[in-house]
Amino acid sequence: MRWIQAIFDILTNPQFYKITLTASTPFIFASLGGVFSEITGVVNIALEGIMLMGAFTSIVFTFYFGSPWLGVLMAIIVGLGMAWLHAWASIKWYGNQIVTGTALILLAQGVTGFLMEPIFGRPGQTDLIGKIEEIRVPGISEIPFIGKVIGELNPLVYIAFGAVVFSWFLIYKTVLGLRMRSVGENPEAADTLGVNVYGIRYFGVLMSGVLASLGGAFLSVGELGQFKELMTGGRGFIALAAMILGNWNPVGAMLASLLFGAAEAMNNQLQSSPILHVSASTKPLFNMLPFIVTLVVVSGFIGRTRPPAADGIPYIKE
Amino acid sequence: MEREFDPRDYAVAMVGITKQFPGVLANDNVTLLVRKGEIHAVVGENGAGKTTLMNQLYGLLRPDSGKIYVFGRELNLKGPRDAINAGIGMVHQHFMLVDNLTVAENIVLGSETRRGVIFDLRQARMRVKELSESYGLMVDVDAKIEDIPVGMQQRVEILKTLYRGAEILILDEPTAVLTPQETEELFEILRKLREAGKTIIFITHKLNEVMAVTDRVTVMRQGKVTGNLITKETNPREIARLMVGREVLLRVEKQPNEPDDVVVEVEDLWVKDNRNLDAVKGVSFYVRAGEIVGIAGVAGNGQTELVEALTGLRKAHKGKYMLLGQDVTNLSARELRLRGLAHIPEDRHKYGLVLDFPNYYNAILGRHDQEPFCRSSFLDHDVILKYTKELFETFDVRPRIPEMPSANLSGGNQQKLVVAREMSSRPKFIVISQPTRGLDIGAIEYIHKTILRLRDENVAVLLVSMELDEVMSLSDRIYVMYEGRFTGEVRPEEVTLEEMGLMMAGHTWEEVRGTVATR
Repeated sequence: MRWIQAIFDILTNPQFYKITLTASTPFIFASLGGVFSEITGVVNIALEGIMLMGAFTSIVFTFYFGSPWLGVLMAIIVGLGMAWLHAWASIKWYGNQIVTGTALILLAQGVTGFLMEPIFGRPGQTDLIGKIEEIRVPGISEIPFIGKVIGELNPLVYIAFGAVVFSWFLIYKTVLGLRMRSVGENPEAADTLGVNVYGIRYFGVLMSGVLASLGGAFLSVGELGQFKELMTGGRGFIALAAMILGNWNPVGAMLASLLFGAAEAMNNQLQSSPILHVSASTKPLFNMLPFIVTLVVVSGFIGRTRPPAADGIPYIKE
Repeated sequence: MEREFDPRDYAVAMVGITKQFPGVLANDNVTLLVRKGEIHAVVGENGAGKTTLMNQLYGLLRPDSGKIYVFGRELNLKGPRDAINAGIGMVHQHFMLVDNLTVAENIVLGSETRRGVIFDLRQARMRVKELSESYGLMVDVDAKIEDIPVGMQQRVEILKTLYRGAEILILDEPTAVLTPQETEELFEILRKLREAGKTIIFITHKLNEVMAVTDRVTVMRQGKVTGNLITKETNPREIARLMVGREVLLRVEKQPNEPDDVVVEVEDLWVKDNRNLDAVKGVSFYVRAGEIVGIAGVAGNGQTELVEALTGLRKAHKGKYMLLGQDVTNLSARELRLRGLAHIPEDRHKYGLVLDFPNYYNAILGRHDQEPFCRSSFLDHDVILKYTKELFETFDVRPRIPEMPSANLSGGNQQKLVVAREMSSRPKFIVISQPTRGLDIGAIEYIHKTILRLRDENVAVLLVSMELDEVMSLSDRIYVMYEGRFTGEVRPEEVTLEEMGLMMAGHTWEEVRGTVATR
C-alpha cells in the first residue's frame, strides 16, 4: 500500500512532470541526432561519445570564460568535429559504422578522463562551475499546475522541443528533407536523379553531432553546473532506443524520449519519497528503472518499426 | 552507308565507342545509330556489352574512345545529370525507386517543385497527374511505391524520365518483371510514346519482344556489333545466330512422354510466409515419374513458400505431402534428400552455393558426410577433387578449375554447377525453381536440355518458373498459381498465352474457357 501511495503522490505532483521534461531533454536532443543521421543512411552509435564530449567541452569553456552559453556554442563545434570524423570514415571510406562509432565513444571517454587532471586539477568530477539558469515564462508560469510544469524551465529544455518541431518540418516539408529520406532508403535511385548522396549524408551526420552535443551540454551546464567522468551514463544508447521506438520520426523520438524521461523521473522521485525510505543498498536497483523500461518497451516494439532501408550500408559508387 | 555520315540524321549516334574494363574489352569500336521517333532494340547475351554501352550514353561511365552525338550535338557526358539535360532518360532493369516515398515524390525527386526551401507537394501531384494523363500512363500519385504493383512501378519510372523532359528513353530489359498482359500494356505505352515523337532504345534478349514492338535492331556479341537489322526484314533465327554466334534451338524439342507411377502427391497444403500470413492456401497436385509438371504464375503468389515446404525449408501447417508412398510432411531437408529429393533453388547465390567456397566443396555439398567423400569424419580431398573434375567434364562447367571460388564463375556456370550436383545425387523427385533466371540464350538452351534429360531418366520434375515461355515449352502439365491457390490445371498444347495470362491474374480455367466460349 505504501508503494501505491507513494506513486500516487508522485503522479499528482507537478514536480514529477517537470523533472520528466528535464530528464527527457538529453534524450530528445540525442535521439533527434540519431534520426538525422540514420534517416540519411548512416548509423551513429557515437551519440554517447559525442554527448560526453559536449558535456565536457561546455564545462571547460564555462570554467575559462565564465559563460555557459559560450560553452554550449563550443560544445556544438566539438560535436561537429566528432560527427565529421564519423562521417569521413563511414561515408568517404565506407568504414564499418559500428566500429567507427565505438571508437569515437572510447575516444571521448579517454580524452575527457585524461584532461580532467590538467584542466581541473583532479580526476573524477569538477567543482560546481556554472550553469544556465532557468527562465520564467510570463503568463504560462501563473497557470495552476501547468505553470509549475512548463512555466519555468531551463532554456535548453524549450530549445529541445523547438528542435523537434524544426526537425519534423525540415525532414517532412522541405526539399532537403525529401532528399534526406530518399538517400537513406535508396541512395542509388537518388544518385541517378542527381541528388548528392554523399553531401546529404554528411549533412545528416553533422546535424547529429550538433544535436547530441547539445544533449551533452545540457547534462553539464544545463542541469548540474559541473562535469563528472562518464556522466552520460548510457544516455546516448537510450536515445538510440528512443529513435527506434519513435520509428525514425522526430515526433516519435520525442514521445519515446518522454517515456524514458518519465522512467528516470519516477526513479528519482521514488528514491526521495518520504514514505518509502529507500535504503542506500537498494538504490542501484532503482537506478535500473530507465534501462528496464527501455528493454521492455523496445523488445515489445521490435519488428513493428521500420528502419530506413539503406541504414548502415555505405554507398559505393560504381 | 551511301551518304557521308551526318550525326544530325540521328537522335542518338554513338560512334566507335571503346570501353576497356580490367581484363575485359566491354565495348570494342561499337557504333549505334538510332533514328528519331523509332523503337530501336539492342540485343545480346549477358556480357555482350549492352548495359555498358547504355551506361555510357547515360553518363554513368565514360568511354575510352569514341564519340556520342545526341540530336547532332556532340556530348561530353560527365554524369547522369548531363544526360538528363540532353534529353535522355533511363528506366533501369532494377527499378530505382524509393519505397517509402509516394509516386509523386519519386517522380519529382531531384528536380522538385518548390517554394523556396519548402517542397511543394501540391504542385508536384498536379504536374504528375497532367503528365500521366497526357501519355496514358495511369498511376496513383499518392500511393507509396511499396504498395503498388510492379507494372505501375514501371510506369512511375517512365514518368520520371518524361518529367525531366526526356526525348530519348532507354529501357533496360523492361519486361523481365511483367506478366504477359502487363508486357502488352507496356508495348502499347511504347507505341504511344513513339507517336508522340519520342525515341526509344529497348534493351532485351527476348526475341519475340524484339519482333513485336521494335523498328530496328542492333545485335551485340562479346563487345562488338554483329548486326544492324530492320525488324520487318529479319526473323528470330537470324537474330539469335548473330547473338550467340552459332545456330540455336529456340524451341526445345520435346518428345511425347509416357509418365509412370505417381511419385509425389500433395493434398490441401497450407504454408505461411515470413509475416505469418497464408501464402499457400490449400493446393493439391501430383507429379508422376518421367513427367515435368510446371507451376506458372507471377512472382510472389506463393511459389517460393510452396517450394520451400516441398524441400523441407519451411513448415506446412496443414495438409499432406507424400513422396514415393510415404508421408514426408514437414520432414527436414536432409531427410527429404535421403529419400530421393533434389532441389535447384531459385536463388543460386543464397541457397544454391556457398559463394566463397571453392568449387569442389560446392560440388559435394549435402553429401559431404557420405562415402566416398567422407571417411570416418574426415574429408577425402583427393576423392573430392577427382570427382569435381569429372563432374565439370560431364556437365561442361567452365573454367574447369575445381579450386576456384564459385563466386568467380559466371552465372550460367554457377547454375550448371548446382544442376550437376543435384542431378548426380540420382534423385527420384526434383524441384526446380527459376532455373534460367539471369542466364543467356546459350546457357538457357543447355539447362532446358538437361531438364528434359531428367524427364527421360524417369525422374519426377516440378518446374516453378516466372518465365511463361519456359513453363509452356518444357512442361507436360501446368498448374497456374495465383494468391496461393491454383487457378487451373492445363496441358500446354491446349491453352493460349492469353488464357495463361488471365489465369495468372486470378481467373479460373473455367471462367477463362467460359468467356472464350460465349464470345
